Amino acid sequence: MVPAMDDHTALVADDLTLSYGARKALDGLSLTAARGEVTALLGPNGAGKTTAISCATGLLRPDAGSVRVLGTDPWRASAAHRARVGVMIQDGGLTSGARALPLLHYAASLYAAPLDVEEVAEHLGIDEFARTLVRRLSGGQRQRLALALAIIGRPDLVFLDEPTAGMDPAIRRRVRELIRALARTGTAVVLTTHLMDDVVGLADSVQVISRGRVLAAGSVQDVISAHRAADGALVVRATATGVPPEVAPVLAADLREVAARHGAELEVTTGGAADLEAVLLDLMDEDAPTVHSPAEENLT
Amino acid sequence: MTAVPAPHETPRATEDRTPRPAPPLRRILAHAALETRLILSNGEQLMVAIVLPALVLIGLRLLPLGRIEGVPAIDTAVAATLTTALISTSLTSQAILTGFDRRNGVLRWVATTPLGRDGYLGGKILATLTTHVLQVVVLGILALILGWRPELAGLLAAVPVWLIGTVAFGTLGLLIAGTLRTEAVLAVSNLVFLLLVAAGGVAFPTSTYPRVLGGLVDLLPSGALGELMRACLASGPFSAGSLVVLLLWAVAGVFAVLRWFRWTDV
Repeated sequence: MVPAMDDHTALVADDLTLSYGARKALDGLSLTAARGEVTALLGPNGAGKTTAISCATGLLRPDAGSVRVLGTDPWRASAAHRARVGVMIQDGGLTSGARALPLLHYAASLYAAPLDVEEVAEHLGIDEFARTLVRRLSGGQRQRLALALAIIGRPDLVFLDEPTAGMDPAIRRRVRELIRALARTGTAVVLTTHLMDDVVGLADSVQVISRGRVLAAGSVQDVISAHRAADGALVVRATATGVPPEVAPVLAADLREVAARHGAELEVTTGGAADLEAVLLDLMDEDAPTVHSPAEENLT
Repeated sequence: MTAVPAPHETPRATEDRTPRPAPPLRRILAHAALETRLILSNGEQLMVAIVLPALVLIGLRLLPLGRIEGVPAIDTAVAATLTTALISTSLTSQAILTGFDRRNGVLRWVATTPLGRDGYLGGKILATLTTHVLQVVVLGILALILGWRPELAGLLAAVPVWLIGTVAFGTLGLLIAGTLRTEAVLAVSNLVFLLLVAAGGVAFPTSTYPRVLGGLVDLLPSGALGELMRACLASGPFSAGSLVVLLLWAVAGVFAVLRWFRWTDV
């Protein structure tokens, strides 16, 4: 059950379904995002994260279900509504023949009261490649420029699809600070990622998405906690509450895939629900044993 | 990159910081300016927009080709050149620019901004017309140097023809960009452009073609536009049939774009 839209809630998606031919991209997905918070959609590639964002930004129309963004149906959004919503799409959305800083100036001119272009450029280090053609930028530079385009209009809600992909650690830290700063000033930030690192220490809430539906939701601590065991191995603990038995193995498999990418072990707990027994049995079949240690250091 | 506070946190006293769109006209003008700059700053685009039409002008002025009896060679050359310039920008340049925008996700991104899809198309049309004006100025100066002495009435008559032609070829360009893969967009738009100029009734009047072929070329948008431009600028015979053909291509183009243009690359 999703809460109704109120002043604090920026996004409510309820029971969205969407199919590409025979493939179900969204299968009853429901989620919310609040103002002043960073909401992370975590899941493997192909889980439905980008499709969910596309529905929320009016690029795709769900087959069923409803989505309200700042109280508006995004499919029928006016220019006034679009000015309140910033979007960083996954593959950039950048004009390849334009130069970096002029493109940011162009984006700013679409808004009545944009942020100071030079200031944003300096903050994200875009001034270092201001006159470079977009097609000659590195992946990380494109990401920074796309992020700048998404926030230049002072949005109330901003969607960031894989915002730190391809960035080096220093820039990545910088971008994480910026995302936190946006949330501090009341912006609702919705980001997608398949990296656990992006969630821990950044997101206020996380929604684990797999096979087009939200399998676990809550605060980061509720859903995922990462611990460093005494021998240095990373243990990830995931809590899935109210997951139907038939999809529990899917959740376990997808989470394990994400954990494996980080060289981590995976524990899945039921949060009180008995229906994850299947998950636990499934995990017990695995060869790799989970590392437990009383000296675990909570990284969150 | 410096350790400045996040942009949102910079104090700004009395200014209204509510997120809201710029006025519609300003958004469209901003997009038109961006696209015009893209065309004019790109070497390949300039080649297609200015250099190729200039070669057509010089070639037809100097070689005994594509002439109408009793009409100065420079007049038929100018008519062919301006038709070539119009097709290059409306069809080829726009197909390539839009095709890359589609592949790079720009079409998806603009749809989420205050510009929107309508504003994007509006800006695109304005950029195309602006580029045309610049082409006419540059090529016109070259033609004057080569002895062109235009008549005002003919120039004014060419304006509505120019606008209808822009719609017909612009929609064709969008259709190529919005339905084919980017690699195919490059190949098809350049090939169609060269074929239409060389053999589609642009460089040479359709009356100089073999009878059956000439009849077919008359039905092409290039053949119709070429004949109408020659009627306006080179004392050629006015053909209502050509006007109808060009109008039909323009109307069909608009419907085809509305029906088949894909804003995403999947």
